[in-house]
Amino acid sequence: MGFSEADLQAIGLTLRLASLVTVVLLILGTPIAWWLARTRSRWKGPVGAVVALPLVLPPTVLGLYLLLLLGPNGPVGQFTQWLGLGLLPFTFWGLVVASVFYSLPFVVQPIQNAIEALGKRPLEVAATLRAGPWDRFFTVVVPLAKPGFFTAAILGFAHTVGEFGVVLMIGGNIPGATRVVSVQIYDHVEAMEYGQAHWLAATMVVFSFLVLLVLYSLNPNQRRF
Amino acid sequence: MIQDAIHARFQLDYPGFSLQVDLELPGRGVTALFGHSGSGKTTLLRLIAGLTRVSDGYLKVNGEVWQEGREFLPTHRRPLGYVFQEASLFPHLSARANLAYGMKRAGDAAMGREALAQAVELLGIGHLLDRRPQQLSGGERQRVAIARALALHPKLLLMDEPLAALDLKRKQEILPYLERLHDALEIPVLYVSHSPDEVARLADTLVLMEQGRVRAQGPVSELFSRLDLTLAQDQDASAIIEGVVLSHNDDYALSRLEIPGGFLTVARLQRDIHEQVRVRIHARDVSLALDDPGTSSIINILPARILELREIEQAQVLVKLCTGAGERTPLLARITRHSRDRLRLYEGQSVFAQVKAVALMD
Amino acid sequence: MRCISPLLAITVSLTSVAQAEEVSVAVAANFTGPMQEIAAAFAEDTEHEAKAAFGSSGKFYAQIKNGAPFEVFLSADAAKPARLAEDGFTVPGSNFTYALGSLVLWSADAERIPAGEGAAVLQAGEFRKLAIANPKTAPYGAAAVATLQALDVEDAIKPKLVQGENIAQTYQFVSTGNAELGFVALSQVIQDGEIGSGSGWRVPAELHEPIRQDAVVLTQGKDNPAAQALMEYLHGERARNIIRAYGYNLPE
Repeated sequence: MGFSEADLQAIGLTLRLASLVTVVLLILGTPIAWWLARTRSRWKGPVGAVVALPLVLPPTVLGLYLLLLLGPNGPVGQFTQWLGLGLLPFTFWGLVVASVFYSLPFVVQPIQNAIEALGKRPLEVAATLRAGPWDRFFTVVVPLAKPGFFTAAILGFAHTVGEFGVVLMIGGNIPGATRVVSVQIYDHVEAMEYGQAHWLAATMVVFSFLVLLVLYSLNPNQRRF
Repeated sequence: MIQDAIHARFQLDYPGFSLQVDLELPGRGVTALFGHSGSGKTTLLRLIAGLTRVSDGYLKVNGEVWQEGREFLPTHRRPLGYVFQEASLFPHLSARANLAYGMKRAGDAAMGREALAQAVELLGIGHLLDRRPQQLSGGERQRVAIARALALHPKLLLMDEPLAALDLKRKQEILPYLERLHDALEIPVLYVSHSPDEVARLADTLVLMEQGRVRAQGPVSELFSRLDLTLAQDQDASAIIEGVVLSHNDDYALSRLEIPGGFLTVARLQRDIHEQVRVRIHARDVSLALDDPGTSSIINILPARILELREIEQAQVLVKLCTGAGERTPLLARITRHSRDRLRLYEGQSVFAQVKAVALMD
Repeated sequence: MRCISPLLAITVSLTSVAQAEEVSVAVAANFTGPMQEIAAAFAEDTEHEAKAAFGSSGKFYAQIKNGAPFEVFLSADAAKPARLAEDGFTVPGSNFTYALGSLVLWSADAERIPAGEGAAVLQAGEFRKLAIANPKTAPYGAAAVATLQALDVEDAIKPKLVQGENIAQTYQFVSTGNAELGFVALSQVIQDGEIGSGSGWRVPAELHEPIRQDAVVLTQGKDNPAAQALMEYLHGERARNIIRAYGYNLPE
């Protein structure tokens, strides 16, 4: 038994989605993590809670609210239409947005922990050595918090690959655009095509295991996490 | 030469702690910010570095304004060097890369290299450069950190208890390097410490801090012998005296020092004739006599005049004296209250101070 | 569900008369409303009790094959009960069609589908997205595709199709406005015999194969008189009225 055309398309799409989402999450999650780790603002609690919400909400519930928010009557949907971008649901970019939101805590929290564990001192030292804010970030924070960034990338990627409920809700199951591996497996199961489901699921497990293995081996110093 | 080259004025209010200072500090030599923990000395140093920011502050260093009103030069733009209390080397960089980190960013490469070579030489870390911070001892790490600050060719060096995290042995290992710094550096150094010993050895000027305020400020020898300050009331209360090596007597293994308005005989010093030395005489090592004891086993017997008497405990009295022809050299003596009453000591009286021990500071 | 049943068993043994039994039923999610009413009526009329679990037919199929303790299965299609019968998980000959689904082309917008002009709306093609249930796994989806084929608009509309994983999700796509149109179940939009909100077009039954929803007694329910009683009750007039009120048809 091998992969059908549709399976291969779903695999390619999933990899593209997960890679893109991971990059977006690192770019977006780092400043949020930074702010959460450093701020003494009274908004720290509320913002931290919002970031963590996807941990608690069932994916389909989250998906439904995203659908309302991004839809033609939702505020975000009206905004994207006003920008001339059209609507996000049922598009690849809709999946990116949904997955970014859904995987946000998995990226923010390891980075936040790493920055908190780092403390202020290395940054102060760098400042007394003439390093400006960006310089400090790239020459001190990034190398010292590397395990945190690694963990964040691994979790963000893996979680996006495994994501199902939100994707199902926002995606509309369109081949080549939004039908990712997890949805494809679900379809096989629902259609009682267990053979194909097993094959695809096993591939996904092996692939994920290998990705995690490689990343963890590259990064054996996991003391803090 | 510019006197009072650093002018710092800060006010800060935290719950349970406030700081209010208005200081003029010399633009040369080592100024110690001295006080107990919680006295605000580290906070003051951080304010000067720009690591802590208050809206109401003024800071001018060697003619450059670093903070005034809304103007605030961020730390990385201030031409300073900072040595933190604990080892603060970047763990992901070798000692050499740590040194290079600041140097690269400080501008002038040629000057940096020269400053670096000098710092490496001064602190004796040439053989450590390829090691990682984890492979260095605490003392070695701190020497690299000091060299890293010096390699910036700073216009002001700030040191926050650089020895506090080290044990006695490591302290003894670093102190000679710091003393060499003191002699070699042309720039002002602010040195935070709570150790009278370090201050006595290293500092020229002393700023005594208590509860976020400046309690007193002046030359080290003057403040050490002021009876109204905590320094003189300490068990280790002592007078700091600057002297010059006059002669050596190799037969008896003794050296003779000239001090302002007098002489001291001490154990043979490994110093050249005419070299400047700083000695410390503990109050507990000085006893007083009304008449010249003449024949005594004690070598250093100095004619002195009582300036002040102060009871510090029920049984103890601290006596401030001055000695020498011009009465320029301060001396402290700790005696029993009983002795004071028996000898009927009073202020202005002429006495003889018998000095049992003299400790060399540098 | 399973956690509670020992407790229920005790309650039942203390309070019920000897012949009152309990039957555990797996019910397709789209039949949730009618089944709740039928269960209440069933309890009144027979003193038996039907404990229903609602969910995806595909998941129930997998669970039943792996030993889930259901005694009756009300599927959303005919295929799954048939497959279970082939595999020997059912009481032979117990399959029957308890309801026929009615397909509706529906929009949340009351102006979108003028009365009786559903086919014309599809042929005009002036919409961005049309939601259907996954034709591979959901009978309503397969019927929707058949309808498009019968109207000869499948190729034109294909790029505008979005798929809900099941008929409930398809309804959400349309009700939130993310898809302007969608093929949903009449039972989802019916209110007092009419399409309750928005606008809709009842797809004529001849445009697609009937959407048969079959029920079957599972091996576990073989000796439970309540299982048999429930199957009979579903044939009864009171149950059939409830089923019709929810927008389903019944086989002749």
